[in-house]
Amino acid sequence: MEPQLFKYIWKHSKKDQVRILFLVLASMPFYFLSLDLPKSIINKAVNSENFAGFNSTLPFMRFELPFGEEIFGRTVILFEGFDLSQLVLLLALCLSFLSLVLVNGVFKFVINTLKGRLGERMLRRLRYELADRILRFPVLHSRRIKQAEIATMIKDEVEPLGGFIGDSIVTPFFLGGQALTAMIFIMVQSFWLGLVAMSIVLVQAFVIPRLRKRILTLGRQRQVTARALAGRVSELVGGAVEIQAHDTSNYERAEISHRLGKIFKIRYEIYQRKFFVKFLNNLLAQITPFIFYLGGGYLVITGQFEIGTLVAVLAAYKDLPPPVKDLINWDQQRNDVQIKYEQVVEQFQPMGMIDPDKQVLEEGNNEVLKGDVVASSLTLIDESENKLLDGVSFSFGVNQRVAVVGNASSGKEYLGLLLANLVKSTSGSVKISNKSLEQLPSAITGRRLSYVGQDAYLFPLSVMDNLFYGLRNWMVNDSPHDTATKDEALRDRQEAARTGNTILNPMGEWVDYKSAGIDDPVQLVPRVTDVLRNVDLEEDVYRFGLSGIVDIESRPDIAESILGAREALKEHLKSIGAEDLVNAFDPESYNKNATLRENLLFGTPRNSDYAGDNLLAMPILREAVAEAELRDSIYNMGLSIARTMVELFTGLPPTHPFFEQFSFISADDLPEFDMIVKRADKSSFSDISISDREALMHLPFDYVEARHRLGLVTEEVEVKILTARKLLAEKLEERDPEAVEFYDPERFNSAASIQDNILFGRLAYGRAEAGETIGHVMTELLDDLGLRSDVIEVGLSYNVGVGGNRLSAVQRQKLALGRALIKKPDLLILNEAAAVMDSQSQNKLVPSIMEAQGEQGIVWTLQRAELSRHFQYIIVMQNGRIVESGTYNELNVEGKVLKSLIAAE
Amino acid sequence: MSIEQEVEALKNIPLFTNIEPSRLKLMAFASERLIFKAGQELFHQGDAGDAAYIFIDGDADVIVDTDDGPLVVANFGKNEFVGEIAILCDVPRTATIKAKSELTTLKITKELFFNMVMDFPEMGVEVMRVLAHRIDKTTSQLTEARNAISEKS
Repeated sequence: MEPQLFKYIWKHSKKDQVRILFLVLASMPFYFLSLDLPKSIINKAVNSENFAGFNSTLPFMRFELPFGEEIFGRTVILFEGFDLSQLVLLLALCLSFLSLVLVNGVFKFVINTLKGRLGERMLRRLRYELADRILRFPVLHSRRIKQAEIATMIKDEVEPLGGFIGDSIVTPFFLGGQALTAMIFIMVQSFWLGLVAMSIVLVQAFVIPRLRKRILTLGRQRQVTARALAGRVSELVGGAVEIQAHDTSNYERAEISHRLGKIFKIRYEIYQRKFFVKFLNNLLAQITPFIFYLGGGYLVITGQFEIGTLVAVLAAYKDLPPPVKDLINWDQQRNDVQIKYEQVVEQFQPMGMIDPDKQVLEEGNNEVLKGDVVASSLTLIDESENKLLDGVSFSFGVNQRVAVVGNASSGKEYLGLLLANLVKSTSGSVKISNKSLEQLPSAITGRRLSYVGQDAYLFPLSVMDNLFYGLRNWMVNDSPHDTATKDEALRDRQEAARTGNTILNPMGEWVDYKSAGIDDPVQLVPRVTDVLRNVDLEEDVYRFGLSGIVDIESRPDIAESILGAREALKEHLKSIGAEDLVNAFDPESYNKNATLRENLLFGTPRNSDYAGDNLLAMPILREAVAEAELRDSIYNMGLSIARTMVELFTGLPPTHPFFEQFSFISADDLPEFDMIVKRADKSSFSDISISDREALMHLPFDYVEARHRLGLVTEEVEVKILTARKLLAEKLEERDPEAVEFYDPERFNSAASIQDNILFGRLAYGRAEAGETIGHVMTELLDDLGLRSDVIEVGLSYNVGVGGNRLSAVQRQKLALGRALIKKPDLLILNEAAAVMDSQSQNKLVPSIMEAQGEQGIVWTLQRAELSRHFQYIIVMQNGRIVESGTYNELNVEGKVLKSLIAAE
Repeated sequence: MSIEQEVEALKNIPLFTNIEPSRLKLMAFASERLIFKAGQELFHQGDAGDAAYIFIDGDADVIVDTDDGPLVVANFGKNEFVGEIAILCDVPRTATIKAKSELTTLKITKELFFNMVMDFPEMGVEVMRVLAHRIDKTTSQLTEARNAISEKS
């Protein structure tokens, strides 16, 4: 990237800058005219002296050639104009004034818009270039940088550049022109006074930048410290577990405070210096009139100077300071953004950036890798001159199964990274089918090879999208546009091209299913299921599916089958005499295993206003409860609960685990409720205050009769609750029909999970092994009904969360393995990819992945040497060198390193 | 059955007779009521112990694995407290308990049991007393058995 901001601006925006400059020049005459016109209105039209009588006229819009008299010796009239009477002239002049104001306004609007657009375009280009550079960082560099810092740079630090770029070239021209004009004016009036004014401006131009030098250095420090702060703040989040587990929060506070103190000092010093410069600036600007008054006055008094000239000089001088001041401000801003730019660009030039040509978009499938992988004297030296790999040479067939073993310092990890072309060797080379790996474009290394590291990253997408992430290599088809959006899409593409952005559409079709061996959409789920089985993730995805929600619009068939499963489950439970394990939802009866809230709403909320505690605040619920005459019952339930809680929990220490686990009332609120209960017991119902009543009435909504067993839901209360349920449903149907999906035995509930739809009720409390039994029965049933693949399909849309945090570490790694397998690579490189799993899972996984890889090759750097028995060829490493290689039988003998490594496990 | 009835049931258990009703109520509230069908096992001999059970209704067989197969050694009914040894001293279950009729129990988890004993030392003393009685009984049974054997020989 250009090291100088101005070079960068000029390189990418000269045409636009020049265009704006011309527009500014074109606007000038109109601007000056509009300044001149008020004088004409007063002097010509309003002043009656010009008009001898009511009918006398003056010419309007008469144009004389400027300086005609000087050149030709007489006035040259270009246009005679119109002769107008006083009132008509006034009207004509005022209308001209109005139109000039309009023209000036339009100029200003157009110029500002153009400037804004220019700035935004440059900002887009800059951000894109920076992001593009991140994509080309060598991976070892990426590991070292702090994400928050690099994100702040792209997001915040370059932001002011956009505002400045539009003004970067136009402003100095414009202001410089203004200052120069004023200067010439003064010079014309009086050469010596002009010289005085000029020398003061020159002093300003000389001294101020010198004083600003320190400010610029401070500005640089301010930027670096603020960036470091962003990095530290993200560490507070990233290291939350460690900080709390080790009780180092006070140290962290001290650290942050120290940083803030440093930033404060820097910023304060900047303010001090900035305002001092301002003070000096103003002083210098005021010294000129001082000299004018004193010197000019003296000259006038002594008769060497006419008073009229002094007044004219002073009038001309009035126009000089504002543009000079603005120029100085502009210069400061320029320095500021120049620093920002330099500071940012510097961070985006690491050593060993990937050549952009290597990542050039390449369409069409690429050649299959064949032949041998040959490494010759590979050496890798890190920044601190450590030899991570030292003269490593080997050769094996691309389709072979190779294990690399060694302890943690053996350098095997780097060998894996080198083979995947993620790290470049310091010397030596890797060749695949006689081509140097470093010379191959990423379109081959990234597609024909597959790599999984120890701690693979997942994107916050669905399981399915993560699985196919490795096949988003190029846009297979653009998304279809109808005529309405077609033009818009075209404009977007042109705009992107103008700022050097890619024109590919991320909404287009990107996944190359053919590479995954899927030629037909019907093969998709079976193929995905196969891969999930290979990496032992099928059961997990199946469980995601059970708690997932079916999109009834796109899959009405699944919904239909699930409804069948609901019926079948009921039958099945009856046949094994276990129907008491589930308390089914029945619109006509109270469900003792569900909360009061659930019994009232009797459905799954689609709108979050009706979910959780939000429901209690909904007027619609209050109305229904009141109309069903349920208010008193709920109040009494609340009072009973409060009384019981006070009785049971008083005397327990507030930190006691029982509060968390069992209490309806938190330890902090217990004394308050103690008082409420005492007040309620003393006075009659009507005397209870509204706030007490509200507090008590909030308590029973989480009450489950079968679980809490306080005997609060009597038959009479049940009847009332059922009435309230009906009333609430009617009201919702009428006022907010989309808000809640009601429990209906005959219908699929599109807002509830598959599991809940099949169960259609609550597990009965207090039945031994209810959960396990139902789980088994449900799985069997779904298998029998052939719904397993449908459930898995629903599970595939499970979102894995940021960085895959909704999956366990093992699940994440398995999904990453699936992602690497599904693209059918010629060579699968696994860099301790199973290290996070227990040894039993590893034993199962290795043969399973081998089988899935079929005829294609695998290089697996193993955490456990013992697993190498599954491989055809074993490379044993120590301290960055290969110490032995061969088959398992050759190496697993006394005296060999492999034997000792296995023995050490 | 409501919590009050459970408290009544708890009061009838020797271990808890001397404990304040409000404490028993807390225990009942914090524990899970679990119903076993006839034939269902509460736990199996050799399992790790995580909970004790108080029988509120119904009865269960105590079964010990022997060389000749499972042997029913006792039948426990209402107000019996089982499984406390495994949660007190972390040994595997010494016998299998199998419901003979529909059996209603209160499941006292290890955590709950220790919480209660910690918070209400009088309960700990009561547990000690009951266990001491049991040792006394077992010792006298052992002596009897020894005498019987020596008489035989």
